[in-house]
Amino acid sequence: MPQSEPILRMAGISKSFGATQALQDVDFSCFTGSIHAILGENGAGKSTLIKIMSGVLDPTAGELFVEGGLVNFQSPTQAAKDGVVCIFQELSLVPDLSVADNIFLDSPPKKWGLIDKKTQREQARVLLARIKCGDIDPRALVKDLSLSRRQMVEIAKALSKKPKVLILDEATSALSSQDVDTIYGLLGELKDEGVCCLFISHKMHEVERLCDTLSVFRNGKHIETFAKGAKSDDEIVKLMIGRTVDAQFPAKPPPKDYETRLSIRDLKWERQLKGVDLTLGRGEIVGLGGLDGQGQKELLLALFGVLRSVEGEVRVDDQIVHTGSPAEAKASPTNFALVPEDRKTEGLMLPMSIADNLMIASLDKISDGPVVSPSKEKEAVANGIKQLEIKVGSPHHAVSTLSGGNQQKVVIAKWLCTNPDIVLLNDPTRGIDVGTKQEIYKLIRALADEGKSILLYSTDYDELIGCCDRVAVMYDGKITVELKGDEISETSIVSAALNIGDTPAHQKPGAMQ
Amino acid sequence: MNFPTINISSEDKPILIASGFILVILLIGTGYTLATQGTMPLLTVNYLLQQLQSGAFLGIAAAGLMLVILHGHIDLSIPWTMTAAAMMATTVGGELALPTGLAVGVCIGLVNGIGVGYLRVPSMIFTLGLDSAMRGLMVAHTGGYAPADTATPFMRFLASGKFMGVPMSVFVWAFVSLVIVFLLKKTTFGKSIYATGNNEAAAYLSGIKTRRVILGAFVVSGVCAALAGVLLAGYSAKAYQGMGNAFLLPSIAAVVLGGTHILGGKGKYIGTLIGVVLLVLLNSVLSIMQMPEAGRQVIYGTVIITMLLVYGRGQKVTS
Amino acid sequence: MNDYKKSLKLAIGQNMGFTVATVGLLLLWLLYNILHPGGFSSAVLIQNTNESVVIVFVAIAQTFPILLGGLDLSVGAVMTLANCVASALMSGSPIQILIGAIITLLTGTAFGFLNGMIVVYGRIQPIIATLATGSIAIGLALFIRPQPGGDVDGDLGWALTNDLYELVYTYGWWDADAAWFSPFAWIPVPLLIIIIVGFGIWLPFKKTVTGRTIYAVGSSESAAFMSGLPIERAKLTAFTMAGFFAACGGLYLAIQTSSGNADMTQAGSYTLNSIAAVVLGGTSLFGGVGGAIGSLVGALLLRMLSFYFRIMSIDPLLQPLIEGVVLLVAVSLGALRTLRTKNRLRLFR
Repeated sequence: MPQSEPILRMAGISKSFGATQALQDVDFSCFTGSIHAILGENGAGKSTLIKIMSGVLDPTAGELFVEGGLVNFQSPTQAAKDGVVCIFQELSLVPDLSVADNIFLDSPPKKWGLIDKKTQREQARVLLARIKCGDIDPRALVKDLSLSRRQMVEIAKALSKKPKVLILDEATSALSSQDVDTIYGLLGELKDEGVCCLFISHKMHEVERLCDTLSVFRNGKHIETFAKGAKSDDEIVKLMIGRTVDAQFPAKPPPKDYETRLSIRDLKWERQLKGVDLTLGRGEIVGLGGLDGQGQKELLLALFGVLRSVEGEVRVDDQIVHTGSPAEAKASPTNFALVPEDRKTEGLMLPMSIADNLMIASLDKISDGPVVSPSKEKEAVANGIKQLEIKVGSPHHAVSTLSGGNQQKVVIAKWLCTNPDIVLLNDPTRGIDVGTKQEIYKLIRALADEGKSILLYSTDYDELIGCCDRVAVMYDGKITVELKGDEISETSIVSAALNIGDTPAHQKPGAMQ
Repeated sequence: MNFPTINISSEDKPILIASGFILVILLIGTGYTLATQGTMPLLTVNYLLQQLQSGAFLGIAAAGLMLVILHGHIDLSIPWTMTAAAMMATTVGGELALPTGLAVGVCIGLVNGIGVGYLRVPSMIFTLGLDSAMRGLMVAHTGGYAPADTATPFMRFLASGKFMGVPMSVFVWAFVSLVIVFLLKKTTFGKSIYATGNNEAAAYLSGIKTRRVILGAFVVSGVCAALAGVLLAGYSAKAYQGMGNAFLLPSIAAVVLGGTHILGGKGKYIGTLIGVVLLVLLNSVLSIMQMPEAGRQVIYGTVIITMLLVYGRGQKVTS
Repeated sequence: MNDYKKSLKLAIGQNMGFTVATVGLLLLWLLYNILHPGGFSSAVLIQNTNESVVIVFVAIAQTFPILLGGLDLSVGAVMTLANCVASALMSGSPIQILIGAIITLLTGTAFGFLNGMIVVYGRIQPIIATLATGSIAIGLALFIRPQPGGDVDGDLGWALTNDLYELVYTYGWWDADAAWFSPFAWIPVPLLIIIIVGFGIWLPFKKTVTGRTIYAVGSSESAAFMSGLPIERAKLTAFTMAGFFAACGGLYLAIQTSSGNADMTQAGSYTLNSIAAVVLGGTSLFGGVGGAIGSLVGALLLRMLSFYFRIMSIDPLLQPLIEGVVLLVAVSLGALRTLRTKNRLRLFR
């Protein structure tokens, strides 16, 4: 470990929100020219830690030093002045302003006291070129960009502040793999320039590839900091969850032929779906893989009736079905359920009670005509909570009081209350701690064993490999490759995702260009 | 003595404060009458019933509006829904008077609901446009004069008749209140309203027909405003231009003072009820004090601001 | 050159509502002047602009809070209050008149600042806070003018509601008949007032960090916070600006009518029309998109309707109906693209 003065040092930092202690007496240092990973389950205090570093939150107690000097950040701007810049997980971009406006949002170049749009545009162009995003027009509005492009703009924005400490909070989760490579390269450059990068990620392989130092947090405490390679993956996971873990994924049943329940033929929508063919069997878990943005989300939304003017044929139990809205999709004969991409904006009514959230998709099941039956409701709520082992004080508490993992369980439980036949899952474990992830994997398998059919889109290859009976890899709006049984491996998925074409099996005829 | 600790939820706090404020108004008013006339008419049953009677029109309009505000929308068409319903009711007359008035409310509610729910025009602007259009229709219909037709006996009975010493309009208000409470608390429609008001995308993805829920709320609001208009015509014995104008702002204020969040998703009906009573009593105490219009307006605004400040300030954005 | 074209295309694409409104206004204005017996004359232009100034100012006032994603339901009332203040102070010597005008504008500005304080530090939703302060403003106006009336300097009224020729002639700044002046003499003073005050303040303001912060807050308040923008200052400024421009409207109304009138109905209709004008001008009620120039166009569009009523001699009884229907149709047309949205999730925000 470098022996020089740390660029950023925390001493005895604590932070509590009401009764909850988010951080407890944390001592932490990081050094210039280092890429430093911060690991921990959700609720371990990582987000609070970086929010304090970057001036979003005030610590309840303790001191923060930058380059040896005591600082007391009141705002992210102050932190940025001292060189501490954070790229937040929730985007800090303003959708209705242009890319250039966003990059120089709080400190634009000025002429006679007014913003100099022309200089601003030119400087933005230079920055975007540095992160190989020359294709982004600085005059374009951020809302017109894709999610991964926006994340790159976010990174350009952070670079514009000439950071000494750059904090990346799950910054790569929304990126395409090319952009991820660009970012890896950039981090290397920054490291050589003497910038300290703090890196928060749930992806172990990312951490291993990039970082030189790792710090583990658990329950608001700094557990240990060590150099890369000093500990094995298992040891690290143990440190993170504080207990040993059994096999991450439940055992798969041996490959077999499933009775087809859902079959999709030549499904097309706008430019995102270009003729998808897929079948899904009774009791089968099919994974959707591929790079981000190849039409996987749209496929799920199209099945669930959210998209308008979808062409093609969808059959359930050999009947042609049309789903014009989620209300139709969740009803017979399709009996779909969809766990959406973003639980906060699409899955939950955060201020409403856990009970109300659980019941909102199955109101017809707990009511006689238009009138809700309190006894049926109570029973159904209790069942839902029990089935998923959601940790709640009372079902009448607001769902926003739950941790991220438990919130996601509420979303899943909500759909189980409707007793669906086909469950569509859109990245159900994104941003969730290891423990809850395992519970969700078990649940998915249990549902399949009950005879439900599951279509799982995941950005995490390990998940596809560990969970799915079959993996369909999408590329450019089509399913290019289907992998089964032993063919499912990281190499086969990755090469299929990149459409390289050296995969062994089940090449879809005519799918390659 | 041991007091049980009472856990006051953020939803109940405004209701309690508003109730307390009603007492303060009554005390100030009584103090004033005691000092000037040596009597305390404010605390007599008769006086309070009379206040409830005149509050019924506002109360009924606010009850319907609350369903719209729970969606984070607003219904600015209340004034001319009231007027149009009253005018059409008196024009048609006879036994069909009340049904005609209510039908006007249903129609306006449907148009509002289609504009806001299906076409997704912001409610602020759509209901405002419909309000102008209804005003235009009524001006064209009456030629700009007060219509000659008078309210039917049944309308007058509903508005000013008495049953067991209690004004009929209070019964009508109570009936409307029960229906709204039932809708909000006991039906899937009520649950869907809160869900849609909180997060329409999540409600839609949960298979709720959110557009229909919005439409339903506007229809209820239209019907309630129409009923209030018909009753008001019965009370004044006829319909007249602009009779609903004085009801828009107080009904919004009543709903908000009762703790319903103006951005939707949160609020209890009992709060709206208390909000109405508060405004009605405030108004009548100011009348007793012979406060000029100027002073009334200032006090009115100051009270709303002060109460909202006391309710506690909204959350600051931190993440 | 190519780049310039691309810029223009982007600008039009990003401001579709504004573009449509502007083109519509130009077409309607041309047609109006063709139909009008005295079309394309200075006199018609003077009359039109005179009748538009107040609503234009009130609409510009409303733009600031709406860009924030809020709303100011007190603009009409503040305009009325300023109108009553002006009607009491705008007479006497030029200096007295000037001081009167300044006090009028300060009254409105201070009231707007008060709105901002309540919204920012009281953390009350703007729509309900301004509903209440609007009531206070009307009350104060009624204290000043229980009955309509007042005394505003007549010369000033004449000079500011006619063309430049009359302005120069009234005050004798220079020979109004001078040859060099004749190309400009026809320009209506109200038009100049709108352009100088409106554009002169708006265009530079939009290029300040505070101005941009208003857009940012309206578009995504949490992003604005994360980026360390001065959110509170932006909110305070937005409501203060609303008060200032509303006061400009009230001041002009007093000069135009030589009186003040604490008319509650009129105040309400100005507030509601200001919202309509802002929306017609392509500003989003959700905030973050649009601008004061759009509101100016929107306000002129609204006024244009009543000009048409006059030349087409439409029964005055039908005018409110037509106004309402036109507004409904206009906003519904704008909403038709939602029916073409292919991803229904985009409908919710």
